[in-house]
Amino acid sequence: MLGKEVSSTDEFVKGLWRENPVFVQVLGMCPALAVSNTAINALTMGLATTFVLLMSGMSVSALRNFIPREARIVSFICIIASFVTAVDYIIQAISLELHRSLGAFIALIVVNCLILGRAEAFASKNSLGRSVLDGLGMGVGFTVALLWIGVVREILGSGTLFGVVLFPDTFQTWTVMVLPSGGFFAMAMWLLLVNWLKEREAAAEKRTQEATS
Amino acid sequence: MSDASHWSVFINAALINNFVLAYFLGICPFFGVSAKLETAVRMGGAVSFVMLVASVCAYLINLLLDAVNAPYLRIISYILVIASTVQLVEMLMRKLSPTTFRAMGIYLPLITTNCAILGLALFQTNRGYGFTSAIAYALGAGAGFALALVLMAGVREKLDLANVPNLVKGTAAALIVAGILSMSFMGFAGLGR
Repeated sequence: MLGKEVSSTDEFVKGLWRENPVFVQVLGMCPALAVSNTAINALTMGLATTFVLLMSGMSVSALRNFIPREARIVSFICIIASFVTAVDYIIQAISLELHRSLGAFIALIVVNCLILGRAEAFASKNSLGRSVLDGLGMGVGFTVALLWIGVVREILGSGTLFGVVLFPDTFQTWTVMVLPSGGFFAMAMWLLLVNWLKEREAAAEKRTQEATS
Repeated sequence: MSDASHWSVFINAALINNFVLAYFLGICPFFGVSAKLETAVRMGGAVSFVMLVASVCAYLINLLLDAVNAPYLRIISYILVIASTVQLVEMLMRKLSPTTFRAMGIYLPLITTNCAILGLALFQTNRGYGFTSAIAYALGAGAGFALALVLMAGVREKLDLANVPNLVKGTAAALIVAGILSMSFMGFAGLGR
């Protein structure tokens, strides 16, 4: 019983760091770069993606025995597209301003490789409960990664965080960070940091192995 | 609409608001297939073709959906049309040029989930382009995508020979190159409106 519980927490935790969709698997880059110019945009996008990931994972997992193998990709895409349409209308109902600033990128969640990837690689092979955990973990990992990129870009590019001014007037904003190229640079910086941390972790592991042997 | 405005739609899509470097659409194939120049050229051609067909289909579907007053079916019907077009291109390519077909590998069916194509269909609908403007827009977007892909492949082929620190190798280096490319494309900003 205990062993099973540990492994199901693992389904959730793996999305946060070890298999982080953005920094490790490098999936779903388009929205990660396109709408991360402010922290609030990044957060909305992350939550919307999490919702779609969770709901489509649940549906695919529940229907996995009824969907014929040959038609599975088309069926998955139809399921995902329905939930994305729902999210599109929900965000429009909550805040028109947010909907306008995200533009067509909400609809583009359909073609986020992360969602189809999880449906194909995980939800179509695993039970409902595990798919929910996997979807939640991946979604949270995606949201956190997006938020990191968004926070860096907003602080450096506009000198604000969630719209709150952080610096006195003398602060020279780095306009390039709000522009498209800033997205590439911010993402590259985080990737370098993640790579460095991983390398250090691996080196430390090697050292302890050598010490014990 | 005059010819001049079609030209400006084309330039706008290809250079000023380049789909890859300004809108971040189609990043996955942009990094995935840009390691070799030759594959990049073929991929650019395939994507341009799918874009053109998808754009025409999207225009017609939008007319139909407007007629029956069902805008909520837009995303689903667009993605289904794109998926079938990609299937068609895949069959054609397997028949006409098996070597290219093998070189593109998994990235050929993945054109379906290339956001650049769905993005194109959605943008042209949102902006209310007419039939001819839509075609100009699709051609421009395709040309811009192919241009970005080929430029990137050229840089990466050279980068393979350079001495890069281990930490930066791979995706991080590609991202930095893309950032610099994107900055240089901003120089086109004064060209159109």
